[in-house]
Amino acid sequence: MEQGEYNRIVKAIGKKQLFAQGDEAYAYGALLAGCRFFAGYPITPATETAELMSKLLPLIGGTFIQMEDEIASMGAIIGASVTGVKSMTVTSGPGFSLMQEHIGYACMTETPCVVVDVQRSGPSTGQPTEPSQGDIMQARWGSHGDYEIIALAPNSVQESLELTIECFNLSEKYRNPVLLMTDGEVGHMREGITIPDFAGYNIFDREKPQKDLKDYTPFLPEQGKVPQIADFGCGYHTYITGLTHKPDGLPATDDAEIHTQLVTRICQKITDDADKIIKVEELFLEDAETVVISYGITSRAAINAVKILREQGEKIGHLRLITIWPFPEKIVCKIGESAKKILVPEMNLGQIYHSVKEAVGYNAEVIKFPKIGGTLHTPQDIIEVLKEKIFNV
Amino acid sequence: MRTEISISGFGGQGVILAGLLLGKAAINDDKYAVQTQSYGPESRGGAARSEVVISDQKIDYPKVIEADIVVALSQPAFDKYCRDVKENSTIIIDSDLVKALENKVYSVPFTKIADTLGKKVVANSVMLGYLQASTEVVTVESMETTIRENVPEHTIELNLEAFYQGIEFWKKGKKNGTG
Repeated sequence: MEQGEYNRIVKAIGKKQLFAQGDEAYAYGALLAGCRFFAGYPITPATETAELMSKLLPLIGGTFIQMEDEIASMGAIIGASVTGVKSMTVTSGPGFSLMQEHIGYACMTETPCVVVDVQRSGPSTGQPTEPSQGDIMQARWGSHGDYEIIALAPNSVQESLELTIECFNLSEKYRNPVLLMTDGEVGHMREGITIPDFAGYNIFDREKPQKDLKDYTPFLPEQGKVPQIADFGCGYHTYITGLTHKPDGLPATDDAEIHTQLVTRICQKITDDADKIIKVEELFLEDAETVVISYGITSRAAINAVKILREQGEKIGHLRLITIWPFPEKIVCKIGESAKKILVPEMNLGQIYHSVKEAVGYNAEVIKFPKIGGTLHTPQDIIEVLKEKIFNV
Repeated sequence: MRTEISISGFGGQGVILAGLLLGKAAINDDKYAVQTQSYGPESRGGAARSEVVISDQKIDYPKVIEADIVVALSQPAFDKYCRDVKENSTIIIDSDLVKALENKVYSVPFTKIADTLGKKVVANSVMLGYLQASTEVVTVESMETTIRENVPEHTIELNLEAFYQGIEFWKKGKKNGTG
C-alpha cells in the first residue's frame, strides 16, 4: 500500500483518535490491511462492521455486497480473493455455522480470506444480543476433513484493530482462511483507539508466481510449503477445485499418495510455522504455582483477579492466548511442568480447557470455570473460585 | 481513581447514546474510558443498559462491578439496578417514570423538562447535564464538545439547551437544599 492510499483510508475514517466499538475496529483494521472486498449478511452482534464497511469501502474504491445468506457471503469472499483482492466477511454463531463448508473450500484451494466471528450465545439462535466464547472448537473443527486453521482472539478495541490487520497478513502469508474469534462484548464495547501511522504497521501481500507461463505449476510451492498461486485474470492458467488435486490443480480423487501429500502440505504449512504464528501475553509466570489461562474478553477479568491476588501475596500468574489456533501447545506444556494448578475460565461449558488439558497431561491439575448465559466472569468470580478450589480458603 | 456508572432504562430513551457520549467526554478529558451495553432483541421498548467505567489508569475489567453512579429512567431499570447498590452510590432517577421509596435518591423530571423544550427525546441530554453537574465525573467543556460533535446537526442547539437545563436543575436544587 502506498502513502496516498493510506491517507485516503484515514480521510474516510475521519479521525485518528476515536472512541470506537470493536465492531468498528474490525472494519478499520481490514481497510488498513488492504481489504477491498466485503460480502456479508447482517446478524447481531456483528452488523455494525458490515454497516461501516458499506459506508467506507466505496470511498476508497472497494466493493461491498450484502449477500442473501452466510453461505453465499463466504463464497463471494473466496471468489474475490481468487482474483487477488483481499476480502473479508463478518458474522456471528448461526452464520458462522453456515460458513463452515466454504471455510473448508478456502483451506483446500489455499485461498486467503478473513472471517470475523463476533461470538454470541448459542447453540442455534440462542441469545442474539449476549456474548459468548462458544464457537472456539467450531473454529478449529467446524469444517470436515483434515485441515489447519489460524484463529486470533482480541481482548480490547485497539487490539481488535491490530489483530484484524494480523489476520490479513497471516492469511496472505499462509494462503489460508484466518479467523478473528471475538465476541459480542468486545464487538459492542467502546474504548479509545488510535489509528496507526503509515509506518506504524506492516502489510504482507501474497507472493505472486515468478516462473514463466510454461513452467508454472499452481500448487507446487517454489520453496517451503506455501504455493505461489496466480490471481485469476493475470495471464497464468489456474484451475481450482475443492476436490483433491495434483500440483497442476486438476482433480485426482482416487490416488492415496496425491491426497496424502496435498493434505499433509496444507496442514504442515501452518503447523511447521506454529512458533512463528503463535502470540501470547504472559503475566507473573516466573514463580507462579497457580496459573489462570484465558483469552478474549474473559482475560480482562482474569488479569484483574490475578493482579489483586498477587498483591495479596499469592504465587499466581496469567497466560493470555492471543493466538487460539494453532494452540500454543509448547507454552502451555511448559507451564504445566512448573505450575501445580491451572484454572481455565471461559464463556462456554469448557472448550479450550480440553486443549490445555491435552498439553498439560498429568503434570498439573487443570480446572475449568465455565460461565454461560451472556454475563461475563467478574474478577470477584475468579478470585472466589481460586480461593475455593485451589487455595482451599 | 475508577468511577463506575450505570445508565439504564428502556430502548428508545437514548441510554446507550448517553453512555457513549459520557465515555467520549471522558476521553476528551484525557482519561481512560470503556463503555459497554446490554439490550434485548427489541429496538424500542425493551430493557437497555449502558455501563461506563472512567479511570486515570488503564482499565482491566471493562464492566461495572459496584456502581458509583446509577441512573434509572424506568421502573424496571430502577428495580433491577438500584436496589442493591453500595451505600455511598449516587442514584439518579426520572421522577415521573420511577417510584422510589428510598431517601437518598436524586429525583429529576428529565422527560418533563425535555418535553417543555419541545422534544421528549432529549431527556438523555437533560440527564447528562444533571449527571455532569452533580458528579463532575467529566468536565462541562468536554461534555459540551462531545454533544456538539455527536448529535445530528439540526439538533445540536436543542441538545445543548437540554444539557444546560439539566445543569441548572442541579444548581437550583443545591441552592434550595433539595438536590
